[in-house]
Amino acid sequence: MLSDDIRDPAIRTGTPSTRPGWLTPSWVMDRVGELVLTSKTPLWWWVCLALSFAMLGAFGFILTNIVQQGVGLWAFNIPVIWGVDITNFVFWIGIGHAGTLISAVLLLFRQTWRTSLSRFAESMTLFALAVAGLFPIFHLGRPWLALWLVPYPNTLGLNPQWRSPLVWDVFAISTYLLVSAPFWYMALLPDMAAMRDKAKNPVVRGAFAALCLGWRGDHSHWERYHTASFLLAAIGTPLVISVHSIVGLDFAVSIISGWHQTVFPPYFVAGAVFSGLAMVLVMAVPLRSAFKLQSLITMDHLENAAKLMLVTGLLVGYGYLMEAFAPYYAGHKEEVALFNDRVAGFYAPYFWSMVVANVAFSQLLWFRPVRRNPVLLVLISLVILVGMWLERFVIIVTSLYAHRLTSMWNPSVPGVWDIATIFAPFGLFLTLMFLFIRLLPLLPIHEVQEVIAEGHD
Amino acid sequence: MTNDSMARHHHDLGHGQDAHGHGHDHPHHPDHDHHHHHPHGPQPSGPRKQWRSLEEMALEERFEELLRRDYPKQAAALEQSGLDRRTFLKLMGASLALTGLTGCATRPPTEPIIPYVRTPEEVIPGRPIYFASAMSLGGFATGVLIETHEGRPTRIDGNPRHPASLGASDVTMQASILELYNPDRSIDVRNNDNLATWEAFRDALDAALAALPADGAGLAVLTERVNSPTLARQLDALLAARPAATWYQYEPVGDEAILAGTSIAFGEPLTPVYRMAAADVIVSLDADFLTGMPGSLRYAREFADRRRVRMIGGQTTMNRLYAVESTPTSVGAMADHRLPLAPSQIELFARALAQALGVGAGAAAVGLWDAAFFNTVVADLQEHSGNSLVIAGRGQPPAVQALAHAINAKLGNVGRTVVYTRSFPAAPANPGSLPDLVQAMNSGAVRALVILGGNPAYTAPADIGFATALSQVPFSVHLSPYNDETSARCTWHVPQTHYIEEWSDAVAYDGTVSIVQPPIGPLYADVRSPIEMMALLLGDTRSSYEIVRETWQATYDGDNFENYWHQALHNGVIGNAGVFVEATLRDDLSAALPPVTMTAAGLEVVFQPDANLFDGRFAGNSWLLELPNPISKLSWDNAVLISPNTALQLGVQNESEVEIIYAGRTLRGPVWIQPGQADNVITLNLGYGRERGASVGQGVGFNAYAIRTAIAPWYGSGAQVRATGGTLQLATTQRRYDAELNYPVRVATLEKFMERPNFVDDKVHRQEIMLFPDFPYEDYKWGMAIDLNTCVGCNACVIACQTENNIPTVGKSQVRLGREMYWIRLDRYYEGSLENPQTYFQPVPCMHCETAPCELVCPVQATVHSSEGLNQMVYNRCVGTRYCSANCPYGVRRFNFMDYIDTTPILQEVRNPDVSVRAQGIMEKCSFCVQRISAARIAAKKEGRRIQDGEVQPACAVACPTQAIVFGDMNDRNSWVNSLKAQPQNYALMGDIQTKPRTTYLARLTNPHEALDQSKS
Repeated sequence: MLSDDIRDPAIRTGTPSTRPGWLTPSWVMDRVGELVLTSKTPLWWWVCLALSFAMLGAFGFILTNIVQQGVGLWAFNIPVIWGVDITNFVFWIGIGHAGTLISAVLLLFRQTWRTSLSRFAESMTLFALAVAGLFPIFHLGRPWLALWLVPYPNTLGLNPQWRSPLVWDVFAISTYLLVSAPFWYMALLPDMAAMRDKAKNPVVRGAFAALCLGWRGDHSHWERYHTASFLLAAIGTPLVISVHSIVGLDFAVSIISGWHQTVFPPYFVAGAVFSGLAMVLVMAVPLRSAFKLQSLITMDHLENAAKLMLVTGLLVGYGYLMEAFAPYYAGHKEEVALFNDRVAGFYAPYFWSMVVANVAFSQLLWFRPVRRNPVLLVLISLVILVGMWLERFVIIVTSLYAHRLTSMWNPSVPGVWDIATIFAPFGLFLTLMFLFIRLLPLLPIHEVQEVIAEGHD
Repeated sequence: MTNDSMARHHHDLGHGQDAHGHGHDHPHHPDHDHHHHHPHGPQPSGPRKQWRSLEEMALEERFEELLRRDYPKQAAALEQSGLDRRTFLKLMGASLALTGLTGCATRPPTEPIIPYVRTPEEVIPGRPIYFASAMSLGGFATGVLIETHEGRPTRIDGNPRHPASLGASDVTMQASILELYNPDRSIDVRNNDNLATWEAFRDALDAALAALPADGAGLAVLTERVNSPTLARQLDALLAARPAATWYQYEPVGDEAILAGTSIAFGEPLTPVYRMAAADVIVSLDADFLTGMPGSLRYAREFADRRRVRMIGGQTTMNRLYAVESTPTSVGAMADHRLPLAPSQIELFARALAQALGVGAGAAAVGLWDAAFFNTVVADLQEHSGNSLVIAGRGQPPAVQALAHAINAKLGNVGRTVVYTRSFPAAPANPGSLPDLVQAMNSGAVRALVILGGNPAYTAPADIGFATALSQVPFSVHLSPYNDETSARCTWHVPQTHYIEEWSDAVAYDGTVSIVQPPIGPLYADVRSPIEMMALLLGDTRSSYEIVRETWQATYDGDNFENYWHQALHNGVIGNAGVFVEATLRDDLSAALPPVTMTAAGLEVVFQPDANLFDGRFAGNSWLLELPNPISKLSWDNAVLISPNTALQLGVQNESEVEIIYAGRTLRGPVWIQPGQADNVITLNLGYGRERGASVGQGVGFNAYAIRTAIAPWYGSGAQVRATGGTLQLATTQRRYDAELNYPVRVATLEKFMERPNFVDDKVHRQEIMLFPDFPYEDYKWGMAIDLNTCVGCNACVIACQTENNIPTVGKSQVRLGREMYWIRLDRYYEGSLENPQTYFQPVPCMHCETAPCELVCPVQATVHSSEGLNQMVYNRCVGTRYCSANCPYGVRRFNFMDYIDTTPILQEVRNPDVSVRAQGIMEKCSFCVQRISAARIAAKKEGRRIQDGEVQPACAVACPTQAIVFGDMNDRNSWVNSLKAQPQNYALMGDIQTKPRTTYLARLTNPHEALDQSKS
């Protein structure tokens, strides 16, 4: 455990739980509210924000150059026409999935332990989507024409080409954003109203007053709130499956050996949740420690996330197995050749790193002591994040470079711009994240209070 | 800042010390300067440094710099004319204004020119006009058709009426249009590399000639191989007028050995002309007659005619080709049996062959070669006496040349598969060689040297010291299109015309003569042709047009010369074709044969002209620099080609830097391992490592001339090679060469094919399951068939496509990344052992699939199917997702990863106005030359008919020397393309994935001798 909060009743009693029943609703309000309303901003926050912002600046620089000089700055070639761009896209979309899973799916399944993690994970979803959404635009040769992927009335009388999975992508991502953003914002309403009520600074109060859209905590408000959140959760739940299935179809619809796989949609979903949970852990563990929230984000929360990670990790492993099985079962020569090249060819180090990171490391989560060790969880999660990035890279690049026609074979080795593009997007993500943890309630206060109240029943 | 305040500011700065700030305490009235200034006029020596007008600017010293930089020609004129600056500026202002009036860079010549198809009265804006002319390379002409758009030449194709072309073209012919607009072209007369004028040169030449004795002693003329009857006539006249003057001729890729060989065999220098069509069995002794010899285009056509197997309605036999060669060429790739041998062994092989066939009584030569191969060659030649052919390559020593002629004579082939023509043009006097000239220069005998074309300072053998000797000549002038290595060492340089800009005449490999007619006048004022330079030497003031006409008027014996001339210009051929002579083999041949010269010591070196740059003259041509070598697939470089075994022995790999020590000189270059290369042989391509006059080609590759000697220009032994430990990066466009994954090239022996005509389906799991019925194409249904059995891998299609479709070059670093932009590429596969693999070529354009995977995945409908079956790119609609390229199983789509458009103004002139130039971020690919289809459709519609078969031909098909690429309407039952697609060996590339390509291939067939047929053993 990173640090202990002696005021934390859970630690005092030594029986932490995902149902912090011995907490009082007012303690939660004070504890979480204080993080937002305090006038003392910790120095580390400023440092982290500054670093994140610098990375964001670098990201802006990269994208500006890409637009100006062309996507050729990235180490693309014919036939490797995608690389770090689409890898990043799939990676960041995947990161978002944990948030939706925790907030929507677990809400429907009435998993009350989700409450402590939900706000945080949902925010992560939005911010990851913000990052992910940039890549389909900026990977274009002519990004200023991205609008043409959207059906809008135009003088040319042209629609997008509906059979292209890239158009489905536009809808999948925009739907995802359209559902996630209101869901996230709606859950914030009661908390922002509470901040309004507690804030002493008139500016802060005024800001929250405006943001909470006149929430008064009426019975009718709460009734509509619950209906709406269940409705949005019901809409959001299929999105967990559909968005990444469609991202999977981006590849599976093609006729490229290594992409043309029926296992892709479910395998992509599992991978997305897997990487998303890893990102949740990487972010949550330091934060609960920094903000001393161990009593709200408890060891049990972390363990539950780790268990889910283990399950999705196994599904991902199954996906790898199917990728190996399908070509051999079908006996298709080109598919077999591609698989053999993946495991023993130019990119074999990438492939095996991916297998070790995602499959081998996640097996550690079978052990309870590992699952309950926040430091180990963060380390494993980091490895898994790298592994999942590699997974997308391996799928995209190895399938493209090992062209059906051997005359076209041409490996693409990431250059300076590619490597910078791997890291720079974290600038946008972290900047938004740090602004969020300082400016908005980190936990859904009202939901935690509700759980506490129910726990007393 | 306004102009006035600017002037003030300058004024203050100019005054320096006396200006105590400006503005408040030292106000200037705007008119103050003006008033102060004008009454006194310009004061060059005064303290004033500001200027407000061109007049004042003329006073500035900086002005001269500026003038030199921006208007070099005018600067020179200013110096020569002694005009005062003010007058000069007035003139210049007027000339700048006039530039606006003339506008276009191209203008027609003043003389009457005759277009190939339409007469000038029919100039229709937007419709190209073609002119017949001829391009000479290495002293041999090939007929061309120059396509012009509103007077601007944009494209060169072969002239169908010219025997050396038959409508086909090669890479240098296609790329020669870029030479016309090459920004590197020299446009100024230079004296010791300083700007000068034509008038100044003329005066200097007159003075130099006047200083010589009347008999011309001390005057020397150095030419390339002269193949212009008019130029020969002028040389004759010069030598007659000045009997002590001397003429030298040097061609770095020359035919001296061939002439020496015929001299030995027949007693006089004759040029052999082969009749491939009559040959059943061909044995090549390091002769690349398919792509690397004068007449290759015709030889390739005739060769292909004998290999085209058509089970339905055609021949079912093939000729048989044996290739003995050191380094792989297209002849080796097309051969039914190939024997890699070191050069020294080839000479022995030729002697042994001659002996086995009963010619040349010398001692039995024993070599290290496969006896079965040798015996089969002997038996096959004997069996096909009269219908066989032995060809010795340009570089083979005279003895081998003579033996090849002797074998042909012995077998009764002379007159049937090989005929002889007098070496043309009949030389006025035998020219001296380059070493002779060096000797004369060193002895001080040469007082004035006129070099007409060529770049001998770069191409001369390293051991004769040409460049040093040249520097000693007091007056030397180099006529050259580029200010190159030779120009730098001459006292004068005169820019040379491009063949598109000059009047001349030129002889082809078989003696056919063409008039070189210019569809445009020279782009630059000071350029001169060799004929014009000779006229100057002769004091002939007539134009080259008149001089050329005079040559032909003199030989014409009819009564309507105008008509004759008109016909000649129109057809591109003048007079009768070449005249062939009886060649009788010398009786005492074995006595006349030189002894074996080459000994196998150390590594053997082979010098060969580069497939693209030839002798280096095209080193400034970015198209040819980027064009991948058809065999090695190297782009933007030459390399030290060695065999896999030799690489193993030397401990080097691809891109390892090695040092070659040969004949006392050293050279460094990167290694490229070449399968099929003979062991212990290093092959060096000439033409690279240029130092001057070729800005894009300077520093590209290494200069193999640096170790080439005059005695052994083609082969040498005793070389040592050691790895330096360094690495030099090379760019290649094909990284794997195995073809077993999905059999892109299907191969069978002729015999197997006869047994099993549908063999192409054997290895393919073919099934047709379609959810939807086929689209009914009611009008046209375009399709293409490519016969791999006749594709000789010459690259002509690749570069023809590049010129036609405005395809950019991307540079070495982008090629290394794999971003070359070719719409049609030439894949090269190997099968069998790396020591001597079977080589297959496969041109791959867009397949225009019926169920195109690219169309399915484009999100914006930027690639769609036309009602005539074309898979079309809509550039304006493309947003650049590149998914179409990923989903293309043939890898034919090309993406503008960066801005590849070259904006050099003069290079805009070469662009085809019918094809749009693509911007950054856009996908592009082969369009089946849709612009040509549209043009034909418009023409047909106007006449109320359908497009005829053959009326539309894409650029690749037109250029193809072997007619391997056939395009047409698949709805036309009798179309040529349908007759190919009906053949049993027709197959779709990766047809099993049901893309239903419209471009299909005809399988590669081989015709092995049964004694050597490996498929049977």
